[in-house]
Amino acid sequence: MDGKQECEQKMKQAYSEQEHRRDILDRFLDMAASMTRSCGRKLGSALRMCTPRGMQMRGFQTYSLPELSYDYGALEPYISGEIMELHHSKHHKTYITNFNTALEKLHDAKDPQSIVSLQSALNFNGGGHINHTIFWKNLAPKSLGGGEGPQGPLASAISTQYGSLEKLIAKMNSVGAAVQGSGWVWLGLNKELKHLLVETTANQDPLVNKGLVPLLGIDVWEHAYYLQYKNVRPDYLKNIWNVVNWKDVSQRVVWCLVMLASRSTSSLSSTLIGAKGISGVIIVIIVIFPR
Amino acid sequence: MLRACVEGYSLDALEPYMSKQTLEFHWGKHHRAYVDNLNKQIAGTELEGMQLDELYKFSYNNGNPTPYFNNAGQVWNHDFFWQSIKPGGGKKPSGEVLYLLERDFGSFEAFVEALKEAATTQFGSGWAWLVATKTDPLNENTFGKLMVEKTFNAVNPLIFGRIPLLTIDVWEHAYYLDFQNKRPDYISTFIDELINWDIVTARLERAKAFINFYDVIVPDDQIEYI
Repeated sequence: MDGKQECEQKMKQAYSEQEHRRDILDRFLDMAASMTRSCGRKLGSALRMCTPRGMQMRGFQTYSLPELSYDYGALEPYISGEIMELHHSKHHKTYITNFNTALEKLHDAKDPQSIVSLQSALNFNGGGHINHTIFWKNLAPKSLGGGEGPQGPLASAISTQYGSLEKLIAKMNSVGAAVQGSGWVWLGLNKELKHLLVETTANQDPLVNKGLVPLLGIDVWEHAYYLQYKNVRPDYLKNIWNVVNWKDVSQRVVWCLVMLASRSTSSLSSTLIGAKGISGVIIVIIVIFPR
Repeated sequence: MLRACVEGYSLDALEPYMSKQTLEFHWGKHHRAYVDNLNKQIAGTELEGMQLDELYKFSYNNGNPTPYFNNAGQVWNHDFFWQSIKPGGGKKPSGEVLYLLERDFGSFEAFVEALKEAATTQFGSGWAWLVATKTDPLNENTFGKLMVEKTFNAVNPLIFGRIPLLTIDVWEHAYYLDFQNKRPDYISTFIDELINWDIVTARLERAKAFINFYDVIVPDDQIEYI
């Protein structure tokens, strides 16, 4: 081949490589954009976590029991398989069944009196469904990363606000042990102030009632620990940290901030908090290549 | 404040309806913890010598409960609860209790339904009660009736001016070891096998000192119970 053809060939090669690279980048961007769009619709808030499945012929949505991503016995010895099975397949299932019943009654209700009278059933059972759906994701066996401490922005937020992870755990344990009767202890996020908070809710009230995004919830209803720990709730609280899925907790922080960012480009700079991993890449992509 | 053993029966006397293990934890750990914590909270204060009823109503503080409200309430409620059950209990009451239940609920079965309904629908932790109440507390001459009520956590109907006659504990610790999540089964077992109707009768007698149950005072020799 003479020099000119060689040169042309090399240029074609270089050009096609560049095209190839751009193609890949375009495809990656499209994928990331569609992921954030679809994920942003589905995730990001507690309520949206419980994606309703199945529209009834009459036009209202019912809910079904979400699967656990681990076996009932996978959280032993910190939470027994017996408790997990009862908790998931009986208690959570009952909340969902009763919630669906209340939704059906709501659909059929004709006057304000009947609608308002369903309020407590919807609150109790819907709240129970919301809270437990978050709870199962908040837990993971050691083999899937349970108990490994938080990384990235969440870790730095915890150490800035509480001093250390141990201090946060101690605070949540003492607050959780002091809950009277039935309820939950939460690590929540004030998304306006970008501030972490330890809060409690009574019975099955969801944390969104207090205006916070739920990150990590620990069920302190007696059914969550009684068969194994009996009356010693503090032991249950001490042990559950071995199976807390910090990746899920971090993800909730990130998705919350991504949702905020996708709503207003002006706050994008505040979301560049050095997040690692794919979530950080997506944030970077959104910043540099606005949709 | 805590007695050496549960109200005249041993911890395994209520088997198979309420297991020894439940009593060991419910009475031996939960109830005992409430008593110990209450004693710690009132030690050295002027509340120390008070009667439990008075202490409880005082701690309610007209809707702004003090820190020892929960412990006082739970101690009172559990004392009342242990007295409300006995081995070989349950079944149907007789005499005046049955007469008033039939008068105020329609039938004994209707009362059982009402109690089951209240106990099952008490969401979270709480208690279901049979209480005696004046129908119109402001009017001296109106007669009283029996009602079923439910309360949450440590609350009991004393603070609403009722006179409690019977209670069932529906905190999960009361039934979880024996029945797990099946609260309705626990409630049915309680009603069928455990209620101490003798003590309910005695409490009703005491309540007559405060409430007149009949719109007409009938002399003792003319009363006829069905």
